[in-house]
Amino acid sequence: MRRKLFFRSLAAALPFALAAVLIMHPTRARSEDAKSAPTEVRVDNFTFGPDTLTVPVNSTVTWTNKDDVPHVIASNDGVFKSKALDTDDKYSYTFSKAGTYSYYCSIHPKMVGKIVVQ
Amino acid sequence: MSKKKLFDPNPSGFIEHDHNNDGIDRRGFLKCMAWAGTGALCVIQGGVLKSYALGSQMGSGMKSHKRGEFSFVQISDSHMGFNKPANPDVIATLKAAVDKINALPEQPEFLLHTGDISHLSKPEEFDNVDQILKATNKEILFVPGEHDVLNDEGAMFRERYAKNSKGQGWYSFDKNGVHFVGLVNVMNLKAGGLGTLGPEQLEWLEGDVKHLKHSTPIVVFAHIPLWTVYPQWGWGTDDSAQALSYLKKFGSVTVLNGHIHQTMQKVEGNVTFHTAFSTAFPQPAPGAAEGPGPMKVPAEQLRSVLGITDVNYVQRRHALALVDSSLG
Repeated sequence: MRRKLFFRSLAAALPFALAAVLIMHPTRARSEDAKSAPTEVRVDNFTFGPDTLTVPVNSTVTWTNKDDVPHVIASNDGVFKSKALDTDDKYSYTFSKAGTYSYYCSIHPKMVGKIVVQ
Repeated sequence: MSKKKLFDPNPSGFIEHDHNNDGIDRRGFLKCMAWAGTGALCVIQGGVLKSYALGSQMGSGMKSHKRGEFSFVQISDSHMGFNKPANPDVIATLKAAVDKINALPEQPEFLLHTGDISHLSKPEEFDNVDQILKATNKEILFVPGEHDVLNDEGAMFRERYAKNSKGQGWYSFDKNGVHFVGLVNVMNLKAGGLGTLGPEQLEWLEGDVKHLKHSTPIVVFAHIPLWTVYPQWGWGTDDSAQALSYLKKFGSVTVLNGHIHQTMQKVEGNVTFHTAFSTAFPQPAPGAAEGPGPMKVPAEQLRSVLGITDVNYVQRRHALALVDSSLG
């Protein structure tokens, strides 16, 4: 009888325990994300998406060219510059210092974007 | 592709409203532009715009070579190496352009290529173009497009196509009394800006034309348009006004550009601006799409939106006639 009661209370508690795990899990996932937040920039239809991207220090940002024509990723003040990226080519740069990095496509200079590192 | 009616059964009625009595009216001019897309002839003589449909009224003035006349052909934007849906076979269309040139009843003395020879500045792309254009048996003069100077600041371009040029690849030459100037406006581009000539080139240009007679016809050729076609898409050159100020004194200035992969023409005083077809793929009309990228048209229509420009000079007529012909 006692044992039965034990099992019953366990059965009643189990959902709470599971719920607690489930609630905690996303929290942990979120803290992991903070280290590697979204760092992708899509180059599509002659625009950078997103045009402003905010990332923590030491993030590696990757640009992927989805256009049928090449683009060149270049920071306005010469901090970084890619080779010409053909369709589906990628370029990555790691930002080790906080700051705002304005960049553009050096062959289509109307295309501009910003990486904010904090 | 959404397209306005290009064919007009009444090509002679271009000038409908001539308020200033100068032979130019805006609506008539636009009509002429529309015709240019399918093969029309726009002649500017002493500021008077005359237009003819190709093959119909190209009579007396344009017929055979007389003394003091010559013609050359402008081709542009071959984009060798491009293989996307907008044109999976740019070799075939460049060859079709060569056939078109070789079939011209009056053979041009030389060709001008206004840039984007290659798609990715690769040696094999340049090799392919050279090989195909050899079949014209003509001298060819080049200016670079942004696709030709991708990873080396234009070093390979200059080595191949502009050995005796100044600065980053600009030069001038004289032919049959016409002064030709090839300019470079695809390098050192500034964030948020348009094409750029730069102070060094502008200074050179000023000196280059300073001692020429005002009656010397001038032809300027460069990749990106030297007038502001559509700044939202980068279709213009930031310091072109400075360049044009050095050319104001001349009675006849013709500016030939590429880059926008469609024919367009504008007349401003004694200056005629013109852009050529691409031989590779069309791009949308300004603002007609979300972006300026390659435009896919039905395969059977592709050759109707690619082509060449034939330029005819008649001495003492104060006129360079521009004829755009599509490939099919």
